[in-house]
Amino acid sequence: MEQRQRSPVLELKGISKRFGAVQALSEVDFEVFPAEVVGLVGDNGAGKSTLVKVISGTYRPDAGTYRFEGREVEIGTPREAADLGIQTVYQDLALCDNLDVVANLYLGREAKRSLIPGLVEVIDEITMERRSVDFIRELHVRIPSLRSRIAALSGGQRQSVAVARAAMWNSKVVLLDEPTAALGVEQTLQVKELIHRLREKGLAVVVISHNLADVFDVSDRIVVMRLGKRVAVFETHVTNQEQVVAAITGALFGKEGNHDGD
Amino acid sequence: METEKDRRAPGGLPLTKRLSQRLAHGDIGSLPVLLGLLLIAVVFQIANPNFLTPVNLTNLFVQIASVGTISVGVVLVLLLGEIDLSVGAISGFCAAIMAVLSVKAGLPGWAAVLAGLVSGLLIGLFQGWWITKLHVPSFVVTLAGQLGWQGALLWVLGSTGTINLNDHFIVGIVNTRLPVWVGWTIGGAVVVFFALNNYIERARRIANGLEPKPLSTVAARTVLISAIVLISVAVMSVNRNPQRDVPIMGVPTAVIILLALIILFNFITVRTQFGRSIFAVGGSAEAARRAGINVDRIRILVFVLGSFLAAAGGILAGSRLYAVNQSSGSGDVLLNAIAAAVIGGTSLFGGRGSTWAALLGSLVIGSIANGMDLLAFASSVRFMITGAVLLLAVTLDSYTRARRELSGD
Repeated sequence: MEQRQRSPVLELKGISKRFGAVQALSEVDFEVFPAEVVGLVGDNGAGKSTLVKVISGTYRPDAGTYRFEGREVEIGTPREAADLGIQTVYQDLALCDNLDVVANLYLGREAKRSLIPGLVEVIDEITMERRSVDFIRELHVRIPSLRSRIAALSGGQRQSVAVARAAMWNSKVVLLDEPTAALGVEQTLQVKELIHRLREKGLAVVVISHNLADVFDVSDRIVVMRLGKRVAVFETHVTNQEQVVAAITGALFGKEGNHDGD
Repeated sequence: METEKDRRAPGGLPLTKRLSQRLAHGDIGSLPVLLGLLLIAVVFQIANPNFLTPVNLTNLFVQIASVGTISVGVVLVLLLGEIDLSVGAISGFCAAIMAVLSVKAGLPGWAAVLAGLVSGLLIGLFQGWWITKLHVPSFVVTLAGQLGWQGALLWVLGSTGTINLNDHFIVGIVNTRLPVWVGWTIGGAVVVFFALNNYIERARRIANGLEPKPLSTVAARTVLISAIVLISVAVMSVNRNPQRDVPIMGVPTAVIILLALIILFNFITVRTQFGRSIFAVGGSAEAARRAGINVDRIRILVFVLGSFLAAAGGILAGSRLYAVNQSSGSGDVLLNAIAAAVIGGTSLFGGRGSTWAALLGSLVIGSIANGMDLLAFASSVRFMITGAVLLLAVTLDSYTRARRELSGD
C-alpha cells in the first residue's frame, strides 16, 4: 500500500469482534481508497458480513481503530456512518415498492418548499425529480421513467436505484452486499457498469460477493477473509481466480505474503 | 424544446408516454368503483324514479357524512398496513362525551364538541402507543378497544340511555344549509383553485425542463372535476320543498365538512413529508426505518388521526340524529367505514390508496342502502348486497396486486 500516493478514505486497523464464544473478526485491517473498487470475498462465516456491519456502524468493534479521511472516528450507529458518507446497500435493497423512483431516492430526505411560510411545508416534487433525472443520467442508469413505481421495475433496475440512492448525498464510501446475487446476465452487466461509474465519480466501493467472476470484472483489489482474518490482498489485474480460491479455502497460506501489499 | 428533450429518462421512452401509461394505471384504482356507482345509479333510477332527485341525492350525501368521515381515518390506518376495529365504538363514545357535557353538564356546544374531539385524540394516542411500543397487533388492540369503548359509552350515558341534543351549535353542525350563493361561491372557488393548481404545476414542470402531463389529460381532468363540483352544487341548490311555503335549498354543511376533511387529508398524505412517510411505512417499514424515518412516531400519529376522525364522525352522526344513544357507533358503523375505504380502492395490504376512497366507497354503500330503502327492501337484502360488493372490491385488490407483482417489467 505504501506505493499509493493517495490516502485511504476508510482505514480500519486491528478490528476485533467477538460474539460470545465466536471470534468473528480478529485483528482485521481494511482500507479502501477514493475511486477504488475493493472486492471482499471469503467463504460463509469468514467474517465478511461482520466486517461490513462494523464499517456501516451496525456493530461496534471490541478493539481496533476506525479512521475516516484520516481522522479517527467512533461509529456507533448506521446513522452516524451515513452522516459521514458511508452507505450500505443490503441484499433486500430497502426500497418501498409502492413508491416511485424519485420518492425512493429521496425517502426520509425529501426536498421541501414552504407553501405558507413558517406553517405549511410541502414536498418539492419538481426539484426532486429534476435532480433525480440529472443524477440518474450521470450514472447512466437505464430506467423507463423516474415516476414508475419500484414494483414495476426489473431486479437490475431496482438494484440500480438502490445503488444510486446510496451514492447520492455526498457519499464517499458505498458498500454493496451481493449486488448481483439475484440478477440475470444483462442485469448483472448493468449493475457492473454502474459500479464503474461510481468509481469514475471518485467514490470508494466495497463489493461483497460470492461470484468471483463478477468480483474480477469490477474490482481493483480483492481482499480475502478467512476464519475472521484478512488472509490475502490481491491486485486484481495481476492475479487469477485460482489464487483467490486458494486463499479463500486456505490452501495458499504460504504464498500470502507475496501478494499482500502488492 | 431543447431542455425538454434533455430530461427525458435516459435510455427510456419519453416521459410523457410513461406518465400517461402510469396515469392510465393509476386510474384503474378508482375506475371500478366509479363504474359501480354508475351501475347502482342506473339500476335504482330504473327501479324507482325518486332515486336521482335533488332531495334524495342531497339526503344521500348527508347520510354518508358520518361514515365517510370515519372512513377517512380508516384509509389512513390502512395505508400504514394496519387496521383499526375500534373506530365504531370510539365514534359512539366520543359523541356520548359531547352529549353528556352539553346536556347534563351544560357546557357550551363548541366546548362539548371540542371535548369529544380531544377524547378521540387521547384514545388514539393510547391505542397507538400500545400497538407500537408494546408490539401488540393493531387487530387485537383495536378489537379490545371496540369492546372497551362500547362499555365506556354505556357507562357515560348512565341510566338515561338516550340523550337528546338541544344545543343549537351541535345540531346545527349537520342540519344547516348554506345559502345558495355561498354554495356557488365555494364550488366556483374549488373549480378555479383546481384549474389554477394544475396550470401552475404544469408551468413549473416546463420551467424546470421536465416533461409536463399531456395538456389533453390535464384539460380532461379539469373539465371532469369542474362538472362534478358544479353539477353537485346545482343539484343541492334546487328547492327541495316545492309544495310548501318554506323553500329548502342550499348545500348542507355536512357535505362541506366531509369534503373539506377529505381534501385536507388528501393534501397531508400526498403533499407533505409526513404523508410520504405513511406510504413508506405501509410499503416497507424496514426500508422506512433505514431511511431514517421514525416509524413508531408515524404509526402512533396515524392511529391518533384515525381515532380523531372517528370521534368527528360520531359527532356528525349525533348532530344529524339530534341524539346520542346506547347504540351510537355500534351495528354496521364500523363495518361500513372499513368497507367504504376498501371498496373505494384502498389496499388492505398497506401503502396504496387515497382519502377519496372514503368518499367513493361511502357513496357506494350509502346509495345501496338509500336505494333499497326507497324500494322498501328488508335489511337482510341490503346486508347481503353490501357484503357481495365488499367481497368483489377486496378480490379486485388482491387480483391487481398479484398481477403487479408478476409483471416484473
